Amino acid sequence: MKRIYIQLLFFLSTNAYFKGFIEGKIFKGQSKFMCVPGLNCYSCPGALGSCPLGALQAVMGSMKFQISLYIMGILMVFGTIFGRMICGFLCPFGMIQDLLYKIKTKKFKLPKILKYVKYIVLIYFVILIPTLFTNAIGVGDPGFCKYICPSGTLFGAMPLLLKNEGLRSALGLLFTWKTFLLMIILFASIFFSRVFCRVLCPLGLIYGLFNRVSFIRLELDENKCTNCGICAQACHIELDPCHDLKSIECIRCGECKSSCPTHAIERKVL
Amino acid sequence: MSKIKYGLLTLGLAFIAVGAHRGEAAVVLKKAIKICLECIGVG
Repeated sequence: MKRIYIQLLFFLSTNAYFKGFIEGKIFKGQSKFMCVPGLNCYSCPGALGSCPLGALQAVMGSMKFQISLYIMGILMVFGTIFGRMICGFLCPFGMIQDLLYKIKTKKFKLPKILKYVKYIVLIYFVILIPTLFTNAIGVGDPGFCKYICPSGTLFGAMPLLLKNEGLRSALGLLFTWKTFLLMIILFASIFFSRVFCRVLCPLGLIYGLFNRVSFIRLELDENKCTNCGICAQACHIELDPCHDLKSIECIRCGECKSSCPTHAIERKVL
Repeated sequence: MSKIKYGLLTLGLAFIAVGAHRGEAAVVLKKAIKICLECIGVG
């Protein structure tokens, strides 16, 4: 099955509360204690589960806990099984970027140094802001969700604000900033493949750390590889699959595998 | 490498169990069933 169909199917199945889009309300069911693997805001009207990053910040920013073993465990299980294949197949915002990149324009390479920005995002916005910058009653803001997350703006804010006049009247500078950032990312996604994933996404970074050990992975058969370079041309993340299949940056989309003329790259499980 | 994979998976499952037991899943649910005003840019 083509990857876009898997992405779409997974998005529709994990955001199946369609009534929420019509009424401008979010799902309040018990399933929301569970996390979906990708960057899927729990304030998306259709969301049936929680975003692991939002949940992590919510627990870390709460009065009761400083560390979230629950979400760390979920990230470890997802990461150990899939690695960053979640980004390639199961993330709704990844899907949006892939669709935008299909628009036929000149494409550009991303400066490699930008991949380190997401480390700062993870440390400062995801970890430090919720735990250190707390209000009078000891509750911390979800820094990444509040100041950066474009998935929350696109899938949460836009459909909710369309239907809720009360929420619209409360908008201010923060919404302006988040919308501006979303527009920049969406526009840039036309010209740079997966720009958000490569530069800003802390969830992708966490999953990428498991790429070396994940059960599901891509492997190169060096006996079949002729070093033709076709896989490197096909790679949208600008990696060289002959050497970088375990890279933190690899989203396991399988473009290299599909393009290899000698079938030297295979997907392995266990 | 195989031991590391299974070790991480087991540790992850253990973290989930301990975390849920100490009430973290309830915190996640409580947050997720209300509109996250920070997430949607209201603040």
